[in-house]
Amino acid sequence: MAKIEKDRTRELREIGGYSLLRYLWRLLTSMRTALILLLLLGLASIPGSIIPQRTQNPFQVQDFFAANPTISPWLDRLYLFDVFGAPWFSAIYILLFISLIGCLLPRLNHYRVAIFERPTRPPQTFESSEGFFEVDGDMDRAIRWLEKNRYRIERFDGSISAEKGYLKEFGNLLFHLSLLLILIGIAMSSLFGMRGEAIVNEGERFINTPVAYDNISPGRLYSLDSMQPYRIDLDDFTAKYNPITNQALDYELKVKIRESTDAKPREGVIRVNKPLTFGASRVFLQATGYSVLVTVRDSSGVVTFQGPVPLLPQDPNLTSAGAIKVPDMDPGIGFVASFIPTIERDPVRGAFSSFPEPLDPQLLLAAWQGDLGMDEGKPQSIYRLDTSKMERIALISMKPGESFDFKVGSITFDGYLPWVNIQVIHDPGKRTALFGGFLALFGALGMLFIHRRKIWIRLRGDSQGKSLEVAGLATSGEEKLREDLVSLKEFLSARAGEGKGE
Amino acid sequence: MGNRSMGFLSNDLIYSAIVVFALAFILHAIETAWSVRSGEGRNLDRSRTERVARNATGLIVLADLILLAGLITRGLSAERLPLGNMYEFSITGAFAFTTAYLVALKKFQIRWLGLFVAGGALLTLGTAITLLYVESAPLVPALKSPWLVIHVAAAIISGGIFLLANSIAAVYLILEKIERNGTRGSWAARLPSLDSLDQLTYRLIALVFPLWTFSIIAGAIWAEAAWGRYWGWDPKETWAFITWVAYAAYLHARVTAGWKGKKAAWLCLIAGSTFLFNYIYVNIWGTGKHTYSGL
Repeated sequence: MAKIEKDRTRELREIGGYSLLRYLWRLLTSMRTALILLLLLGLASIPGSIIPQRTQNPFQVQDFFAANPTISPWLDRLYLFDVFGAPWFSAIYILLFISLIGCLLPRLNHYRVAIFERPTRPPQTFESSEGFFEVDGDMDRAIRWLEKNRYRIERFDGSISAEKGYLKEFGNLLFHLSLLLILIGIAMSSLFGMRGEAIVNEGERFINTPVAYDNISPGRLYSLDSMQPYRIDLDDFTAKYNPITNQALDYELKVKIRESTDAKPREGVIRVNKPLTFGASRVFLQATGYSVLVTVRDSSGVVTFQGPVPLLPQDPNLTSAGAIKVPDMDPGIGFVASFIPTIERDPVRGAFSSFPEPLDPQLLLAAWQGDLGMDEGKPQSIYRLDTSKMERIALISMKPGESFDFKVGSITFDGYLPWVNIQVIHDPGKRTALFGGFLALFGALGMLFIHRRKIWIRLRGDSQGKSLEVAGLATSGEEKLREDLVSLKEFLSARAGEGKGE
Repeated sequence: MGNRSMGFLSNDLIYSAIVVFALAFILHAIETAWSVRSGEGRNLDRSRTERVARNATGLIVLADLILLAGLITRGLSAERLPLGNMYEFSITGAFAFTTAYLVALKKFQIRWLGLFVAGGALLTLGTAITLLYVESAPLVPALKSPWLVIHVAAAIISGGIFLLANSIAAVYLILEKIERNGTRGSWAARLPSLDSLDQLTYRLIALVFPLWTFSIIAGAIWAEAAWGRYWGWDPKETWAFITWVAYAAYLHARVTAGWKGKKAAWLCLIAGSTFLFNYIYVNIWGTGKHTYSGL
């Protein structure tokens, strides 16, 4: 090993410019480099599964920062919170794929010729070759066996050479080319893809335009103008839960679908594993929660706010929290809201939900008065009330239908309805990646289970065409060749024993 | 029969399978001890140990059938295939592992592995029923998909074969060390040559690699339908990928770089440990999307 390195450095010193490039190219495309890169790729993925990743769980990354304030900035500088988008991770797989292409091109070129090649002349002596045996039998019968077993046969005088397993290399090339295809699919997904989410109340509609989304992340080459303006009316949503474990059993969303805003509607159903499909876009049912319907009036009884307010679930039993903001009153009024579908009280936890369905629903509110901070133009979360410039004026607990008077107005809890989080994913690369995956699978089967092997047969000169010498050569899977030789020997000896019988 | 009592029947069957595996383990241990002792000086009566070993194999077949019945009743009680949580993965995995051994036994001379197979099945089932047990119940919505069945079944069969291949690679390394320090002792003398162990490991890995590839593809199809993305570097996916890469490296190292024997066996064990790590660590301590299917 050390010697090889020394030789290489000497080689390096002696060559310059163009030949240096050629040397690097040869180094990169060598088998050993490919192997090291492959192992490196595996190693490099490990931190991505141990350290929280931004792409999967940004909140966990925040928690990690809070828990490890000294080390986290350093980890961040090394892209360890975004391993699979890190330059060093990309470097490994790009080098690996360049190395792969470097390996494949000459082999493809070689295979183009080799696939049509005829078996070459047998060696002069093959007594020392694999599975050598002598058997009484005739050449025609041996050829019949070889043909039946789909060997490619070439006749020479007094001998034949037969070969099979040409598709092994095909499988090998197909496997590796398919990996490139998968990579292309993944690249298409991320460049031309789009994903977006929107919370939509039951009874409302969703029209696929950029403004309909709560958040949208288009790929670098995705055009927002090209969105298909389909419309989905969310008619009815049902969630079923296991009454013992509280686990969700089934979600079902009945919808009316229009391929474009003025098209005829058709009925449809979305479930967790059954999204709606519009070409390469799919609409998923991602999560569910509750919106509360409230009406706020000022002291003279004029409605200042009315409508459904979506709240975010805080636990599996859908204890939901959020904010109701009423900027149209002076001073502004806001509520920190908590909706509890099935209320239960506990001296430690206070009020909490014991079941996700609304069996005993209650709305708990803290009313605040003051500056909502909405005029400063700073983006605000609709789920959070900034109470820094406000004063708490009341704590309220209401059942549906109840009203409450606070100092400067009143609030009515009109009811509640479920919302669903619709996730739209446009992924034009997935079919390519899937196709690549299956091709890779077929390639792997061919590459691992087809074996390239040769069988040579020669008439013994002294036997007047009655005795044959047989041997073989396998480049892989010797046991396959051995089986073939045994089977051939049996076929030939059977003839010798039975006379003319097949 | 009600679903619950069907679930209890399943538990009884699993316990019975454990007992029969234990008996098989004892017989294999006796046979091993015998051949070690009788090898020291006295002439070894091979037919006697062979008979014991055959009986042990018979017990493994019986235990395997009882285990299958336990899996079927478990499935009936939950009204789905028994592939929904880690307890079920473990008992199905033990079934896959012993079945892989019994199938391989028809083709290869690996009866000597029975001690490890019975021991491995005992450990897996024991852990499953004491630590991982959960009552049988239907699935959360995201797990209701035919691709789940295909994906998990392929993953579990792959797991059984990985485990078998790794056991053989481990035995290879032990024997290699023994041979380096002298000749094989009487127990080791019955085992196949190093070369054929090496070859056997390779053939099992070559067999399982496409199946593992398929399992990952099926998982990606399922993930696309359930979560909207076919690949998201969730910890389980990441480790499935690492295992894939590691075994791809193993096949590469063998076929093109000509690695054989010790180096290849170590590489196989490292790759196998990534599979085991994925199964244990990610299911129990992980945080990804696969964890809700776990404990």
